[in-house]
Amino acid sequence: MIKVEAVIKPFKLDAVKDKLNEIGIKGLTVTEVKGFGRQKGHTELYRGTEYQVDFLPKVKLDIIISKEMEDQVVSAIVNTAQTGKIGDGKIFITDLKEVIRIRTGDKGKEAI
Amino acid sequence: MKKYKRSFIFILQLMLLMLPSIVMAEDEPTTGQIQTNLNFVWTLLAAFLVFFMQAGFAMVEAGFTRAKNATNIIMKNLMDFSVGSLAYWAVGFGVMFGVSSTGWFGTSSFFFSDFDKDKDLWVYAFWMFQVVFAATAATIVSGAMAERTKFVGYLLYSAIVSMLIYPVFGSWAWGSLYKGSGWLEGLGFIDFAGSTVVHSVGGWAGLAGAIVLGPRIGKFGKDGQSKPIPGHNIPLAALGVFILWFGWFGFNPGSTTVGDTSIALIAVNTNLAAAAGAVFAMLTAWCVYGKPDAGISLNGALAGLVAITAGCANLTPFWSVVTGAIAGVVVLFSIIFLDKIKVDDPVGAVSVHGVCGAWGTLAAGLFNAEKMFDMKIVGVQLLGIFACFIWVFVTAFIMFKIISATVGLRASEEEEREGLDLSEHGAVAYPDFSVSTH
Repeated sequence: MIKVEAVIKPFKLDAVKDKLNEIGIKGLTVTEVKGFGRQKGHTELYRGTEYQVDFLPKVKLDIIISKEMEDQVVSAIVNTAQTGKIGDGKIFITDLKEVIRIRTGDKGKEAI
Repeated sequence: MKKYKRSFIFILQLMLLMLPSIVMAEDEPTTGQIQTNLNFVWTLLAAFLVFFMQAGFAMVEAGFTRAKNATNIIMKNLMDFSVGSLAYWAVGFGVMFGVSSTGWFGTSSFFFSDFDKDKDLWVYAFWMFQVVFAATAATIVSGAMAERTKFVGYLLYSAIVSMLIYPVFGSWAWGSLYKGSGWLEGLGFIDFAGSTVVHSVGGWAGLAGAIVLGPRIGKFGKDGQSKPIPGHNIPLAALGVFILWFGWFGFNPGSTTVGDTSIALIAVNTNLAAAAGAVFAMLTAWCVYGKPDAGISLNGALAGLVAITAGCANLTPFWSVVTGAIAGVVVLFSIIFLDKIKVDDPVGAVSVHGVCGAWGTLAAGLFNAEKMFDMKIVGVQLLGIFACFIWVFVTAFIMFKIISATVGLRASEEEEREGLDLSEHGAVAYPDFSVSTH
């Protein structure tokens, strides 16, 4: 089992969620985050003074899948979340030790 | 000697008694002057109440839209009043109330040019009252065009609506209140405080703007289904509605511009219609959606207020309740209808002000206390309703198209996604919170 973490632009969330649903992913967790990479922040104005804001709002998805689905899920996210402009985001993939469903106590693949 | 002394003392006492009235004869006002002073005080007090409605509109619009656009909403509301005031002083007031040889628009009183300031101070009080009405019409449009309008385009609109679109129709219905005369009022059109003159004008201009702009990104899905874009602060919207309700006690009773007992009935009618509107909108939403919806109920109160504005002086309290109740039902179905024809009106401005303004004007004819359901009066009301729609919608549509083709009317996709606060004004309204995620 693997965990796919994807940091994407906020307005892409609905499109990515719909696409993942299409390929059979029925659950995910979303967090609102701030960050920057190559995309620079912007300058804001407050009562006549400029100041730099480095962090940009993004959205992070956590998706748990079995190893076989990895390529499908990655291309689904990349194709849907891409705009071609700087700041599209990144995907991180890690191995997962265990998954447990709280309601029933299921473990492993059944719990996904 | 004693006899003369007594007479002398008597005359002295007489003179002392007369002294106060001799000394004060110059200062004591006549009852006519007292009434005039009262008229000034009442009219101006009412004008100040209507001014406060600007805060009401700003809060309603901010509450029903997203946080990332809150600064933009505030700026639009601040400026449609400020730019509008200047424009109405310069041109608008003259067009609306200046001498009108044709009955279609005025041609004097620009910049207060034709009044004698040593003699007639009433024009100041009257202008003060009228400018806040003009500003009310102007600010209605801000809600219908929220979250995707370029600020520069909106500033231009504010000037044009206050100088031309609002005052021309206003002159038709109210011109004779000062120096003008209007063809519509000559036919007996009833619109005491402006269901059509103010609210429908704002509503139809807003409709034109919303159509020219197009819907917000994400409002209608790929297969055309409507997606809600929830407002960021319902308590703020509610505060706005309460402020508007409060200010309406200047809007309607103040339109007498005379301080006398007639303002009592007008105030009662206003309150009852608002209450009926709120209750019936809530009940309708409860039936249609299964829950008493706050946003609809709030809009219902406003719908009732807009509707009673035409007939507040010539309806009985019972028929004011009926007028408000019907407005509360109509407003929800109007919102649903506009959604169905893919017009995106973020705060329901077109439904509350345009549609319910038309209903209220009709109701003022139907439920006219002196002559109920008189078809001749109703006919004139309908004529006024349609004349307003045609004049306002057509001129506003053309104006927005021209603005769109020149300085631009709609913000770019990226500006809209990021939030107009940042792109138009360089600063967000809520720096402490992350607000641009939807």
